[in-house]
Amino acid sequence: MADIVLLGINHNTAPVEVRECIAFSPEESETAIQSLHRNPSIKEVLLFSTCNRVEVLLVTENKSRAIESTKNFIAEYNKIPLTRFKDALYIHEGDEAVRHLFRVASSLDSMVLGEPQILGQVKDAYRVATSSKTSGVILNRLLHRAFFVAKRIRTETGIGDRAVSISYAAVELGRKIFGTLEEKTILLVGAGEMAELAVEHLIQNRVGNIYVANRTFENGVALAKRFNGNAIRFEEISGSLEFVDIIISSTGSPDFVITREQVKAVIRIRRNRPLFFIDIAVPRDIDPDVNRLTNSYVYDIDDLRGIIDENIEDRQREAIKGERIVDEAVIHFRTWYESLDVVPTIVALRNKLESIAEAEVKKTLQSNKIPPTSTEAIHKMAHSLINKILHDPTIFLKQNGMLKDKSLYIDTVRKLFKLDE
Amino acid sequence: MEIVFILAILFYLTSAAGYFAFLFLQKALLHRSGYFLLLAGFMCHTATIIYGFVSSGHMPVSNMHGTLSLAAWTIAGMFLVVQYKINIRILGIIAAPLVTLIMIVTTLLTNEPSQTASIFKNFWLIAHVVVIFIGEASFALACGLGVLYLIQENSIKTKKHRFFFKRLPSLDLLDSTGYVCIVVGFTMLTIGLITGFVYAKSIWGRFWSWDPKEVWSGITWLFYAALLHERLTVGWRGRRSAIMAIIGFGVLLFTFLGVNLFLEGHHKDFTKI
Repeated sequence: MADIVLLGINHNTAPVEVRECIAFSPEESETAIQSLHRNPSIKEVLLFSTCNRVEVLLVTENKSRAIESTKNFIAEYNKIPLTRFKDALYIHEGDEAVRHLFRVASSLDSMVLGEPQILGQVKDAYRVATSSKTSGVILNRLLHRAFFVAKRIRTETGIGDRAVSISYAAVELGRKIFGTLEEKTILLVGAGEMAELAVEHLIQNRVGNIYVANRTFENGVALAKRFNGNAIRFEEISGSLEFVDIIISSTGSPDFVITREQVKAVIRIRRNRPLFFIDIAVPRDIDPDVNRLTNSYVYDIDDLRGIIDENIEDRQREAIKGERIVDEAVIHFRTWYESLDVVPTIVALRNKLESIAEAEVKKTLQSNKIPPTSTEAIHKMAHSLINKILHDPTIFLKQNGMLKDKSLYIDTVRKLFKLDE
Repeated sequence: MEIVFILAILFYLTSAAGYFAFLFLQKALLHRSGYFLLLAGFMCHTATIIYGFVSSGHMPVSNMHGTLSLAAWTIAGMFLVVQYKINIRILGIIAAPLVTLIMIVTTLLTNEPSQTASIFKNFWLIAHVVVIFIGEASFALACGLGVLYLIQENSIKTKKHRFFFKRLPSLDLLDSTGYVCIVVGFTMLTIGLITGFVYAKSIWGRFWSWDPKEVWSGITWLFYAALLHERLTVGWRGRRSAIMAIIGFGVLLFTFLGVNLFLEGHHKDFTKI
């Protein structure tokens, strides 16, 4: 019976210097699985490589040979000595390999717990494997289960619900204030990676006009161009508060850039429409007292970090539920996998035919006037029919060294006769 | 019909329980069942009210039992409409328990038919009662939304994002739904007052008689008129609007019940216990 084996390294076991050495680009992983598949000990293979992990999933009849040759292959392909990554490499077999795959696909094993990209990456890897025909009955089933588990965890737990980055946290807060961010006007004061990222996330939420204010007007113009917005002069900030809704501030100014008085002055002109200030600067740009004004909300960098910490805790709590779903799925998969063994399949097939025969014989005996003396003969005939019918399939399935893939035939038999229901 | 009435209460009760479970567990199934249970309760309740109307031939508002029951019925109805139109699930947390509570209070009161039933047959009076009740139910929902708004605003202002932050919708949705409720309530209150005047004219020969109930209704109307005026002119919204909706409902409650209990007036049958 074939074994499922998984080899890999990830962000927990290997530093980035090692990971980048054995990372595979999409094109490389295609050629890599094709050459791995040519190895006689490997029946099915799938490889996925992201910036945080490289994993090779194998189905093999000869575990140790397959593991050895895969290790050597990785070393040779990337032209680095095996010793460089040997210690970082983990090898899971059977249930553990299945569990690991499920956990990876549902982002329980990710650096940022619950991040949504990994499922897409696993799907891409599977697509490469199917188009290169390196996946078979077992991997097909396994991967489809993995996608199912990942989806179930995403919908049934809150693992991906709450923002865990500053810019997403800001977007989430904006939604709690404004409902929708569509057509809301943004003012970016200053510049900076985090602030710009926040603006980009807001743009993804289809916000309206974007204004950029910078002490150096030229820089503001350049940044505004990037966001398809308008640059305004630093002195115009006060006036712009009349029509903007969300202000993201990230300047190097030692004093407050926006004071309570400035905001207070525009509340009436704004007809009390809410203002949301995101202050990413240290020292702070926005007077914290602004938060005390009606319909004005100020969040500084520490507030946002606090939210993220809480959200990460939430995700960790939700991850426990996710692990339970994974455990369930592993057991489920094992049941199917074990059924691929020959003997249980033959037994199941026989049971199925016998139950059909018994039911039909009973019906016949009831509806027709058959003398009791003949019932024995009818039972006997049904039994020998089953034996005759099953003779050839049994020999075929039991044949040792069967051509190509035994699990394929077993799976087909199980499907043809609906043995799994 | 007694049994149907109790059935309605049971439906309301389970609906409230469903909404509470939804508040904690956040499963969509729970709020959906809360909604349909409330709908079922509303249907049963409607049946009892129609039965009461047909069997006695007048509006069942000739005593406290009938009045409160009708109030609960209109709140349930308004909530069903608002939830259907705006899908603001969390409102059920307030509406369902409120309806249940009022209904439980009604069971503690006797339901003696009133002797002065004949006046409840006039078209203007029926219109007056129905419209006023719808208006009051809208104001009740606006008050509930105001409370939710203040809770959510507080959690955003104080940056404590625990229980309610996740469960309550955006400030904007709470505020605009509350506004819709106040507009509906105010429109109904206005129509209700007009029909009341017409009825008063037809019975007593004058539109206005400085009855305490009339005076307080006028005060309530002016209060909500001021609230709407401020919103339309200087854009009162958010916190202030929420607080005013809550205070306004307090004034309304006094007009509705307080006046009858503490002052005298020509609506006294209304709350006869």
